Amino acid sequence: MKLSVRLRPVAFIAVLVVIWQVAVDRHPGQLLPGPWGVAGGIGDLLQHGLLLKYVVASLFRVTWGFLLAAVIAIPLGLTIGWYRRAEMAFNPLVQIFRPISPLAWIPIAILWFGVGDLAAIFLIFVGCFFPLLLTAMSAVHNIPAVYVNVGRNFGLSTADFISRVLYPAVVPQLIIGSRITLGIAWLVVVAAEMIAVNSGLGFLIIDARNAGNRYDLVIAGMVMIGTIGLLLDLGMRSLERVKSFRWSYTED
Amino acid sequence: MVFERDGTSVSVLEDIDLEVSDGEFICLVGPSGCGKSTLLNVMGGFLPPTTGSLSIDGAVVHGPDPRRILVFQEHGVFPWLTVEGNIGFGLSRLSRAERDQRIAHYVQMVRLQGFEQTYPSDLSGGMKQRLQVARALAVNPDVLYLDEPFGALDSITRVIMRGELLRIWQTERRTIIFVTHDVDEAVQLADRVVVLSSRPAKIQDILTIDIAHPRNISSPRYLEHRDDLLKKIGLAYTA
Repeated sequence: MKLSVRLRPVAFIAVLVVIWQVAVDRHPGQLLPGPWGVAGGIGDLLQHGLLLKYVVASLFRVTWGFLLAAVIAIPLGLTIGWYRRAEMAFNPLVQIFRPISPLAWIPIAILWFGVGDLAAIFLIFVGCFFPLLLTAMSAVHNIPAVYVNVGRNFGLSTADFISRVLYPAVVPQLIIGSRITLGIAWLVVVAAEMIAVNSGLGFLIIDARNAGNRYDLVIAGMVMIGTIGLLLDLGMRSLERVKSFRWSYTED
Repeated sequence: MVFERDGTSVSVLEDIDLEVSDGEFICLVGPSGCGKSTLLNVMGGFLPPTTGSLSIDGAVVHGPDPRRILVFQEHGVFPWLTVEGNIGFGLSRLSRAERDQRIAHYVQMVRLQGFEQTYPSDLSGGMKQRLQVARALAVNPDVLYLDEPFGALDSITRVIMRGELLRIWQTERRTIIFVTHDVDEAVQLADRVVVLSSRPAKIQDILTIDIAHPRNISSPRYLEHRDDLLKKIGLAYTA
């Protein structure tokens, strides 16, 4: 892609920022801080060393919650997806728990873990568990029967079959599911931090408002959240581009 | 080699009693949906017969086995492995050197030199089928089953592939059982053609094609066989 094409989104955002600034200038009042105000807010946070601390706190919780959920939900999902009987047994349970927003678990999280990191990690775990479980189940269902038959034909042991046929066949779908789930995790962490902990970007937003109506910090927090969310997403996308995974995305 | 078979649950196949000799090229021909692929799957051990049994070299067949490899019509190659990776798929028990040697040998045999590191998504349909054949042959099977392997290819490629298959078969002779609905294909390739009726499939007829390879597709003998087969299949459709 030419540089001029790559810069288009950046230019577009720059235009929006200018419009934002102009709008704030024309309507002075408390409704929304302008871009300069927000930049000042970010500078403030940097000065007090809070920016890095909060970002790291949020990322820490997301990483732990996501990984714990992945380590449990993915193998479980692959197994359930493979064995029809297991699926019939588990499915009703899954369908009941799935629509419960992770935020509904907040009281339970605080009850079990108190206010702090563990509660936040638990909430992220819950938020990631069901999407990952369902992705794994669906990935197994979507394995074309041909691959299974070829694997059987060549006389593979069960362990070999899992590592050389099953796993490569499900990985692309798992990566896509993981990218989406990571997005969910990031949403949950912000909400979780507003209620259950004393640090992190979500906490920043609530605290900024409560402690003096610092809306510039509120928007600064939102900007940080959005940026990091974007970076996480781009990171996952680059994983999808690995050549040996890429086969799933090209038209057969 | 002896095959003795019988029907399956929805009476897709009935009274199939077939004997195949080592190194023979057999074509199974019949109308669409008659059960040829089912028969092939039973032969491959993927489906157990409901009645009757299947034995090869005197031993009863219980399930799929690397001594009998099935080549599928489409999507048979693993898209996450390169050409080399696919051909070497069944060769994990060999030493590194042996494995590389075999892979090189079969890459040559199916004429995919230069594509060893290519992924199937960058190969044409014909090349993917050749890859499947190479992968199948690499494990040195006794029998090769081919389920309309050229059905998804354009007609020119199909003709080329038939020639390639014959060349390979004459170089490394194995028993081949080839399912097709293309009459010309059957007459061009097979030693014997088994005509199946429409469902429930029974063996309608068995034709012996006694022309030596390479077969001239305009010779009178060839055309005689072809007409004969067409007639027999004409019967198959109304049965």
